[in-house]
Amino acid sequence: MTDESTSTSNGLPVSSTVLRKLHDRFGAALLSVHARAGDETANVRRETIADVLSFLKTDAELAFELLVDITAVDWFPREPRFEVVYHLLSLSTRRRIRIKTDVPSDDPRLASATPLWGVANWLEREVWDMFGIRFDGHPDLRRILMYEEFEGHPLRKDYPIRKRQPLLEPRIDVHGNI
Amino acid sequence: MALNALPPNVALTKVDAAIGWARSWSLFVYPFVTACCGMEYMSLASAHYDLDRFGAALPRFSPRQADLLMVVGTVNHKLSPVLRRVYDQMTEPKWVMAFGVCTVSGGFYDNYSVVQGIDTIIPVDIHVPGCPPRPEMILDGLMKLQEKIRASKQEL
Repeated sequence: MTDESTSTSNGLPVSSTVLRKLHDRFGAALLSVHARAGDETANVRRETIADVLSFLKTDAELAFELLVDITAVDWFPREPRFEVVYHLLSLSTRRRIRIKTDVPSDDPRLASATPLWGVANWLEREVWDMFGIRFDGHPDLRRILMYEEFEGHPLRKDYPIRKRQPLLEPRIDVHGNI
Repeated sequence: MALNALPPNVALTKVDAAIGWARSWSLFVYPFVTACCGMEYMSLASAHYDLDRFGAALPRFSPRQADLLMVVGTVNHKLSPVLRRVYDQMTEPKWVMAFGVCTVSGGFYDNYSVVQGIDTIIPVDIHVPGCPPRPEMILDGLMKLQEKIRASKQEL
């Protein structure tokens, strides 16, 4: 990209306007950054995620109006186990940014982004459904893909790969006998 | 009157065979379309492959008016009570075709969410695998189903 490469006092290579502004504002809460070929990522401390997202959306120069996606990664058995990933897009400046934050398995919860973006409602429900990460402040944190009777969170790496939870009692057994 | 003295416009048959013949050529299809196999169903039902040649042209969008349930596409556990309800709403006699490998066995969706073959939840008369099956495979399956219907004891 056209942004010139610079580095900061704590050694983070903040090569773009976005990463530099994040660093100036949040300092040590910005844990690491990555930027290559215009693909920029910032890893931030979990406690600051709501402030970071709010800053990215409301800062006049950054103006990330659009939340594209929220997803998660299960790094089991690493701890902190989960990584929640936000993809933001600024329609006015045509920039993209990826924000990541680590979430430990003994307290899998995170501040909700629903006050900032309405679309976070369904995206966070999906992360809850698939990974079992709770979002504090979400108005209606229910499953969105699986049925209410489903137990567990299927995209967790320790979900048994052969486990089946049919809603209807099978009318035949595995040998095809009725 | 001796059999060889019948007039040429009279044919002798059995009730089962006559009703089976009629039923096999007047299937009313309910397409339960959930996924990409639906594209193949559209091709099948359109003029090029033309299901109407087999008397199965007219899709009924109420299961109560249909006698052939074509389950076209992946069925997951969340959807399974809906499929069971649709099947239960159809009036006898009724037949079911599993259209595509997802409905036959779950296909490559060997996972937590997909029903591993719809015959675990409703009875299936004919399985047509393929991802998706060629329209010719469906027509072949349909003809085999017609043979099955003609060979059946007809419930009245």
